[in-house]
Amino acid sequence: MTNPNITGAEILIRCINEEKVKFVFGYPGGAVLHIYDEIYKQNGFKHILVRHEQAAVHAADAYSRATGDVGVALVTSGPGATNAVTGIATAYMDSIPLVIISGQVPVPAIGMDAFQEVDMVGITRPCVKHNFLVKDVKDIAATMKKAFYIAASGRPGPVVVDIPKDITAHFAEYFYPKTVEMRSYNPVLKGHSGQIKKAVKLLLEAKRPMIYTGGGLVLGDGTEELIKLARTLNYPVTNTLMGLGGYPATDKQFLGMLGMHGTYEANMAMQNCDVLIAVGARFDDRVIGNPENFLSQPRTIIHIDVDPSSISKRVKVDVPIVGHVQSVLREMNEILSSDIMANEKKQSNISSWWKQIDEWRNVKSMVYQNSSTVIKPQYVIEKLWEVTKGDAYITSDVGQHQMWAAQYYKFDKPRRWINSGGLGTMGVGLPYAMGCQFADKNAQVACVTGEGSIQMNIQELSTCAQYGLPIKVIMLNNRYLGMVRQWQEFFYENRYSESYMDSLPDFVKLAESYGHVGMKITNPADVEGALKEAFAKKDKFVFMDFITDQDENVFPMIANGKGLSEMILGNDHIAREED
Amino acid sequence: MKHIISLLMENEAGALSRVAGLFSARAYNIESLTVAPTEDPTLSRMTIVTSGSDQVIEQIIKQLNKLIDVVKVLDLNDGKFIERELMLVKVKATGAFREEMKRMCDIFRGRIIDVADGSFTIELTGSGTKLDAFIESLDKAAILETVRTGASGIGRGDRILKV
Ligand SMILES: Cc1ncc(C[n+]2csc(CCOP(=O)(O)OP(=O)(O)O)c2C)c(N)n1
Repeated sequence: MTNPNITGAEILIRCINEEKVKFVFGYPGGAVLHIYDEIYKQNGFKHILVRHEQAAVHAADAYSRATGDVGVALVTSGPGATNAVTGIATAYMDSIPLVIISGQVPVPAIGMDAFQEVDMVGITRPCVKHNFLVKDVKDIAATMKKAFYIAASGRPGPVVVDIPKDITAHFAEYFYPKTVEMRSYNPVLKGHSGQIKKAVKLLLEAKRPMIYTGGGLVLGDGTEELIKLARTLNYPVTNTLMGLGGYPATDKQFLGMLGMHGTYEANMAMQNCDVLIAVGARFDDRVIGNPENFLSQPRTIIHIDVDPSSISKRVKVDVPIVGHVQSVLREMNEILSSDIMANEKKQSNISSWWKQIDEWRNVKSMVYQNSSTVIKPQYVIEKLWEVTKGDAYITSDVGQHQMWAAQYYKFDKPRRWINSGGLGTMGVGLPYAMGCQFADKNAQVACVTGEGSIQMNIQELSTCAQYGLPIKVIMLNNRYLGMVRQWQEFFYENRYSESYMDSLPDFVKLAESYGHVGMKITNPADVEGALKEAFAKKDKFVFMDFITDQDENVFPMIANGKGLSEMILGNDHIAREED
Repeated sequence: MKHIISLLMENEAGALSRVAGLFSARAYNIESLTVAPTEDPTLSRMTIVTSGSDQVIEQIIKQLNKLIDVVKVLDLNDGKFIERELMLVKVKATGAFREEMKRMCDIFRGRIIDVADGSFTIELTGSGTKLDAFIESLDKAAILETVRTGASGIGRGDRILKV
């Protein structure tokens, strides 16, 4: 029995529906017209029309970060495809599973410098997990199956499927494979049990233990197992910027975020521990600073990661465990619950280590000087946390506001903190908020942004209006490219070269022109009330323009190339201001 | 240290550019790279000659393994192996050079595969070092042109790279 032949475009749509995709974020154009015609006729997934292809990929990316499902975007050839590249690279750096379908010129036109032709497979090669150019209609279904499988398995990442226009018009029989077999791709899932035992033993013998977790713990849904492990052992935990929410921030064992703008206690504990267990984290330059300084202190390192190439890349590891974080942690917990050593451990203690940590905590590195005349950005985030009861999806753009959001919003759940950690892409905030709101339509979603970043995808205010997304934009408006200005203040003797944001629009009017609510807040006393008012508007998009202190800096800070123990603390700075 | 890495990958369009792109994107050295289909036409075999510290080589192997099209990777330097490269050299063969070139070719067990009035073309196979030695021992003025294939490598005995 054979199926009737259908077009490549229809095959593609059926494949997407077969994967139970709920939303496809896209933008039409010549090369994908056959596909859009089939979208018109189908009633499976919902297509979300963005206002720029970059935003389509960011929204799909955030949808995936919030739900764990593969995000899907659809763009046309040439400029549509190149517009998508920033979004793809952003997802790649943070290991987010996406399938991006791009149109391509017809096969006979490839290489002829045809209208709207770019070598999408060539352009995206260094920023995708894998990519495909489909040159035969019979290959569409199998390629889509592989694309979803590759994107989601192992260390996740974006996969591009580039489809020439003529292929979407050709006919073939539809057959969607149930499984994928690839001799060249078999990601390791289970960790080596000998290594896992060794790791548990080392952990139990530790005098100054430290648990350091990253985005891999969140993406690998390992939070529950990690909490169990940390609680059983009563060991301190820190999260990277990407890993926030991986361990509840309000828990007493949590030392805060580590790294360039991390807490004093997290960085000092990281530097001075004797046994370090890294879970789905990769010792990157923003986290451990200068590796030589980090290695000057001896310690034993256990590293759990699904990607073998992340292990011993920047820092040599003593006990590598390649595997899915959730399953490896579960195995560790099983050993711990059965092992007599664990019981012994409960008797023995690491109280002197905790005492040391408490001393570091007392340094109170996360303080700022509040004011009654000018709004402090940190204060806005603190109030945001209170008003949303710590239960919102918080997306952010890139800059000072991002760091303040990470420092002052206490994330108790994974998949709630959505930001571009790896690529640091300004402009993600608003499309990220869209992705989150589609993922969870009744949730509170706030986009913490700056007046610089928001303007990099501001056109999406229109998309938000079209789909009635009740997002709250929390704009910390310091009239500067703040993070750039901060570096110029510290390292370029206050020469504020091109870091000033001039000719800003009236954001309230701008928001209102799209039918949104706009609010401008200039007085610290109004911050809390305004936030409450905004979040009470459950079905409205509210754009909040907070006019904040222009000169505020992010502290603590580790300068480029410096080590974890060489932090610049805000206290010193505040003391100086008071003189 | 110099390493010879062998790999098997799906014989698909763009596979070579993924490997070449990886080396340039991550700033790894690449001395030579050869590639051709194997007896199984769905697979290509590649030999890459590279150099770097142990840590860099470890990363190269891991990153190659991470490429979706790569089926197997082997660092030949982890065991015993044979390395061969083919070189064609066109040399001056006039006057005294004519005898000299024939003699050198014999010593290195090369073959003269083209004879013209003023030149010979010599074919020589061997390890990279042997080919280097041959070039070294020739009078520079006599060398008109050289072309080398880059190394191919294979493990000794029962060290077999196969799917
Ligand atoms: C697309 C892009 N361009 C440039 C940068 C460099 N950059 C990092 S932070 C920053 C300033 C951001 O300013 P704003 O959004 O106003 O946030 P603030 O730092 O003031 O909170 C810039 C320009 C970047 N990260 N991304």
